[in-house]
Amino acid sequence: MLMVFGYNLGPILGQGVLGVVNGAFYALLSLGLAVIFGLLNIINFAHGALYMLGAVVAWFLLNYLGIGYWPSLLIAPLIVGAFGVLLERTMISKLYKLDHLYGLLLTFGIALIVEGLARNQFGSSGLPYSVPESLRGATRLGFMIMPTYRLWVVVASFIICITTWLVLEKTPIGATLRAATENAALVQSFGVNVPRLVTLTYGAGVALAALAGVMAAPVYSVNPNMGSDVIIVVFAVVVIGGMGSILGSILTGFGLGLLEGFTKFLYPEASGVVVFVLMIVVLLTRPAGLFGKAS
Amino acid sequence: MNTTIWGFSRPQVVALLVMIALFVVAPMMVYPVFLMKVLCFALFACAFNLLIGYAGLLSFGHSAYFGMGCYLAAYGAKHWGLSAELCVLLGGSVAAGMGLVFGAIAIRRQGIYFSMITLALAQFTYFLCTQMSFTGGEDGIQQVPRPALLGVLPLTNDMAIYWVVVGVFLLGFFGIFRVIHSPFGQVLKAIRENEQRAISLGYRVEQYKLMAFVLSTFIAGAAGGMKSLVFGIATLSDVTWQASGTIVLTTLLGGLGTIFGPVVGAVIVNTLEFYLAPFGSWVTITQGVIFVACVMVFRRGVIGELGAKLKVAL
Repeated sequence: MLMVFGYNLGPILGQGVLGVVNGAFYALLSLGLAVIFGLLNIINFAHGALYMLGAVVAWFLLNYLGIGYWPSLLIAPLIVGAFGVLLERTMISKLYKLDHLYGLLLTFGIALIVEGLARNQFGSSGLPYSVPESLRGATRLGFMIMPTYRLWVVVASFIICITTWLVLEKTPIGATLRAATENAALVQSFGVNVPRLVTLTYGAGVALAALAGVMAAPVYSVNPNMGSDVIIVVFAVVVIGGMGSILGSILTGFGLGLLEGFTKFLYPEASGVVVFVLMIVVLLTRPAGLFGKAS
Repeated sequence: MNTTIWGFSRPQVVALLVMIALFVVAPMMVYPVFLMKVLCFALFACAFNLLIGYAGLLSFGHSAYFGMGCYLAAYGAKHWGLSAELCVLLGGSVAAGMGLVFGAIAIRRQGIYFSMITLALAQFTYFLCTQMSFTGGEDGIQQVPRPALLGVLPLTNDMAIYWVVVGVFLLGFFGIFRVIHSPFGQVLKAIRENEQRAISLGYRVEQYKLMAFVLSTFIAGAAGGMKSLVFGIATLSDVTWQASGTIVLTTLLGGLGTIFGPVVGAVIVNTLEFYLAPFGSWVTITQGVIFVACVMVFRRGVIGELGAKLKVAL
């Protein structure tokens, strides 16, 4: 077996790859946060709760309507996205003229309600959600044997991230969106319905979180606390990456998952805090974030 | 603001006298331990309000300092046999030391980023508390003997410690009031209103923010220390992000940037928690609903709305 600094390379790479699975979720969530922040200028504190809601909806679809994993990948994000549109229309849109902090407080309140209701319904223990038939078993990667489902998560979320990036950077819709982020009033004067664009952007960002939730269900089981556990780490990811850049938040998400995985191998006690330590280091050296522009 | 006593306007003096009268009367009708809990959280909320209400800094991880105050005071009382006032000072000082370091990191970014960073740093503290040996991990520090005041006055009687808690609360309350109305406090308000302008006027904005952060964390730590002495226990629940959220809610509900708002908020939130405790997660749901209601229709909070109706600053 290959040795690096006296460590076996196999287990290091193994933990690294498992870390990337977490990183896939960080990337999907921070991507949605960044898109929403770009246009709405609010930090969507409810992002974690809506990620959890995606998993819960998938569980409901399976256990009450018999709708399996593959259709759920599409249906659950649509349902949660519609819920997001409703939230934006009825509440968030009333706050754009106020201090951005109110958006944070409102979405925090929404997160508490959604999580409280879920805990009321399911208790604090997780609900099992089995891996779909076609993705069971393990795949040999050469240096390790990896559960096929986790491999799918990494590949799928990578494709989703890149697609989102391409849509934002290379299509006319993305161009309009980026223009509105720069100067909403000017874009509106060109005849674009900016309020509708904002609503749909929030819906899309939330749908992305729900999609991550459905993909997470077989990995972590459906748990009312799954969102709040991950959202604070994702905030740290966003601070490290800097929210200005979409590609930056994707790279940071995957990278930090990898870093966490390595830490789990080298010094397990620190794996919970390594992201925060890195955040501190980045703030001290590059306050705008690794990919952010200094304001 | 025609006549003022120590900077308090006449309506504020009336409100202050009412508050102190309530402190005297309340223990005859309400369980004193509950009152002490309310007072600890009221002081914590006042400390938090110093940041959000006057400097415009939303710290979303203030429970880290409160919780660390809890741990240190409990540890000092149990293992070092410190007297009560030293325990509270120890809690406050360690929290302020942490506030100095974390504050220096967090003020490198503004606005929403500041909030996210303080939250992440609080979560960092939470992880440390689960793993460091002196906190007792999941068990916390339990069965902390209630130390005597100045080493001689026993506080085992609930009414005895009640007056000490009232005293510490009033000390903190007056201290914050004086800070707000000092030239330093005026600069903080200027930074809140227009940071760029304050910079162009020559103020070293970062130093002012950091000083406010340290003051706030000191008082938060002292409030935490007091709480652990009252209950004889310090646990992880005081360092969670949920606890941070609760103190944001307390202040928002009472009224951001009002003098008496955090106190009223602490009374309402703790009373709600007391009555809703048997219903489990309904506490969380109710808190969420109050958050949404406050932000949507009630942005000035209870005291802010009352003050606006009476046309006085409370």
